[in-house]
Amino acid sequence: MTSKFKYFLGATTAVMIGLSAVAGHADAATLRMAWAQDATGLDPHKQTAFSSLRLLELIYEPLVRLDADLKIVPGIATSWEFSADGKQLTFKLDPKAKFQNGAAVTSADVKASFERILDEATGAANRANYLSIESIETPDAGTVVFKLKQPDAPILTAMTDTNSSIVPASEIAAGTIGTKAVGSGPFKLEKWDPNSKAALVANKDWAGGATGVDGIEISVLPDETAILAAMRTGQVDFALLNDPLIATLVPNEPKLQLNRAPLLAYHVLQLNPARKPMNELAVRQAISCAVDRKAVLDTASLGEGQVTGPITAPFFASDPNSLFCYKQDVEKAKKLMADAGFADGFSATVIAATGEPPTAAAEAQVLQSQLAEIGVKLDIKMMELNVYVDTWLKGDFDMAVALNGGRPDPYTMYNRYWTKNGNLQKVSNFADDTLDKLLQDGRAETDPEKRKAIFAEFDKQLAEKAPWIWLYTGYGYIAQQKNVQGFVPMPTGSLVSLGKVTIQQ
Amino acid sequence: MSYVIRRLRAFPLVLIGVSIIVFIAIRLVPGDSITAMLGTEAGLLTPQQRDSLAVYFGIDQPWPVQYWRWFTGLFSGDLGISVTYGKPVLTVILERFPLTLELALLAMLIALSIGVPAGVFAATRNERPADLGVRVAAMIGQSTPSFVVGLVIIYILSAGFGVLPTMGAFTPIWQDPLQNLGQMILPAITLGCAFASSVTRVTRSAMLDVLSDDYVRTARSKGTPERQVIWRHALPNALVPVVTLSGIEFGYLLGGAVIVEQIYALPGLGRMVLEAILQRDYALVQGAVLFIALNFMIVNLLVDLAYAALDPRIRLEGR
Repeated sequence: MTSKFKYFLGATTAVMIGLSAVAGHADAATLRMAWAQDATGLDPHKQTAFSSLRLLELIYEPLVRLDADLKIVPGIATSWEFSADGKQLTFKLDPKAKFQNGAAVTSADVKASFERILDEATGAANRANYLSIESIETPDAGTVVFKLKQPDAPILTAMTDTNSSIVPASEIAAGTIGTKAVGSGPFKLEKWDPNSKAALVANKDWAGGATGVDGIEISVLPDETAILAAMRTGQVDFALLNDPLIATLVPNEPKLQLNRAPLLAYHVLQLNPARKPMNELAVRQAISCAVDRKAVLDTASLGEGQVTGPITAPFFASDPNSLFCYKQDVEKAKKLMADAGFADGFSATVIAATGEPPTAAAEAQVLQSQLAEIGVKLDIKMMELNVYVDTWLKGDFDMAVALNGGRPDPYTMYNRYWTKNGNLQKVSNFADDTLDKLLQDGRAETDPEKRKAIFAEFDKQLAEKAPWIWLYTGYGYIAQQKNVQGFVPMPTGSLVSLGKVTIQQ
Repeated sequence: MSYVIRRLRAFPLVLIGVSIIVFIAIRLVPGDSITAMLGTEAGLLTPQQRDSLAVYFGIDQPWPVQYWRWFTGLFSGDLGISVTYGKPVLTVILERFPLTLELALLAMLIALSIGVPAGVFAATRNERPADLGVRVAAMIGQSTPSFVVGLVIIYILSAGFGVLPTMGAFTPIWQDPLQNLGQMILPAITLGCAFASSVTRVTRSAMLDVLSDDYVRTARSKGTPERQVIWRHALPNALVPVVTLSGIEFGYLLGGAVIVEQIYALPGLGRMVLEAILQRDYALVQGAVLFIALNFMIVNLLVDLAYAALDPRIRLEGR
């Protein structure tokens, strides 16, 4: 009886799986995409989670965008210009740009969108980047003029962010932003079932022209091993991967291809200079000298990434080898510790978030063993992400292993931590005249080469003062079937090129 | 009947207790809906921005006020609105529940159809090689975590045979029963296997007890065929502990099977609650836990009623 039943079970299982696998082949012109973490909401001005931005950037468009080299290229605006004194920024809008409800994108929508971001009642995280805006003028439907209180070169880069997307003024008035997605981007959101699936269909009216696929079907497969399995059987065409341990298995599959994009986000050991003995420059420098950054990268992340200094945007970044103590020097570290009166070392607690990034625990362990060499005893405390964020925002830690987001513009990236009235002073706990002045200079300067020189000095100073120990930048991983063509990996992790991706039969 | 009514009367008290514990527990954990949505970017908010988001998420009032608002809503069937799903909590739960119920039923079906016969088989061959074989298999089944079983099944199917049920886009049974079963069968086997092992062990020991009872000896000495002795006389009496075990397990399964749902990407209750906790979707966590607790109590009541049906000697009134 039992064996008969097993036979029955085995046979039916095989049949059912066979059938459902066949049924799984949807329309070939639909891109079947998978990721482990779903978007958390639809309000483009409020959602900052990585996957939310990846979904929303396919639906909404900002005024300007970044290309793969982080150069600013047209979005809804076709051209833009700073006035000679740097206090006025004028945009010409694309006359073809249309919202998915059929209405043209006008200067009134741009004004309403930015006013929504600036309104404190909205709770938009990007508001902090627009405090220099004095007024927004709309001389005609196709022109928008931003009047600034002071010259602000990075404001243009901030406008490339999905969090600065243009939404219809009518939807703002109706209060439906966040419940209904009406953008001007390449795809329309047809259905979203959180933590399960999302369906996007091509927007025939997209100003960027025809899309390469009819739609995108996004499945949430929380386990990345299962994503790889689904790609192996051809069920998924395109997937975002987080874990280097899984991503590096992709090239073993003959039909699959792995795209790596060096990311701007950086892995870092944050010291808390408000706490003893990290308030001593020599102690911080000793920690910097004792850390072998390449070894952290190789051990925790299988060598998947590059050792980095504070600034990660390629145009502004310095050669890490030119920075203070980027070559491990334990003797120097010991001497610095002795000079500071800590020849016997000290104990400290380091916090890290479970699974975010997947390498966090391993990084903490490698750092623990490296710092043990100079007598620094680290106690690792792993926390659930939200608990970690709460603790981090309060600055309630001795040290923190973190993966912090990067920005194409060094000012936007770092003013929150290293200017004297930065919003995250409470987290960095480090105010310094030189760093503050360099950032302010870099903000006002509009000449790219001069800005580069200013930020190179900033990079050098920051590494030397060592409030944090910058470690490495990782890769964004996109696994795809080889017949998916035209995808361009971006350092921001952006998926905007999906608008032009095609599937070869 | 009066027993059932007496039990039902206790339900509201238990549910209120559960709701208060959950309400407090989820709020004691550091982090809130705002940090869950914005992550470290929440640090860029001005106090006014923070206040207006707190109003949006309904976490601006003191705890007792928040609880009272939620509690009074219950009487009109309003469990609140889930901020992640943008829908009423009850709607979200009821969308997820059919899958969880189906998975639980399938897993129980598999576990009982393997476990009970295997336990009887082992008991009738007590201490012989076949018995030992079943016991070792049960031990292995019980001690292998479901994520190992699940991942091994997925790996073997995808790498070895190049097939895998459709994952992610879940099809309800009433839309396409075949596709639905294709998606459910592997998770059900994964869950069912582990549970079949416990059923086997409990059935075996209960059967051994019963088989040594006087009435079984009497039945045998009367010349009743062995088959009938085992299946008709012994088994029903051995089933009481199996029913207890199944009831508890079924109650748990109705709360969702997080790990199996995670591996097979099934949008069930377990993952929903997990995501809701991570997102600090307070209303959804509260509503879901209340719902799960209610299920558990109903299943428990049904189990107690099943005892009486299985063994008329058990009198519910007297307890």
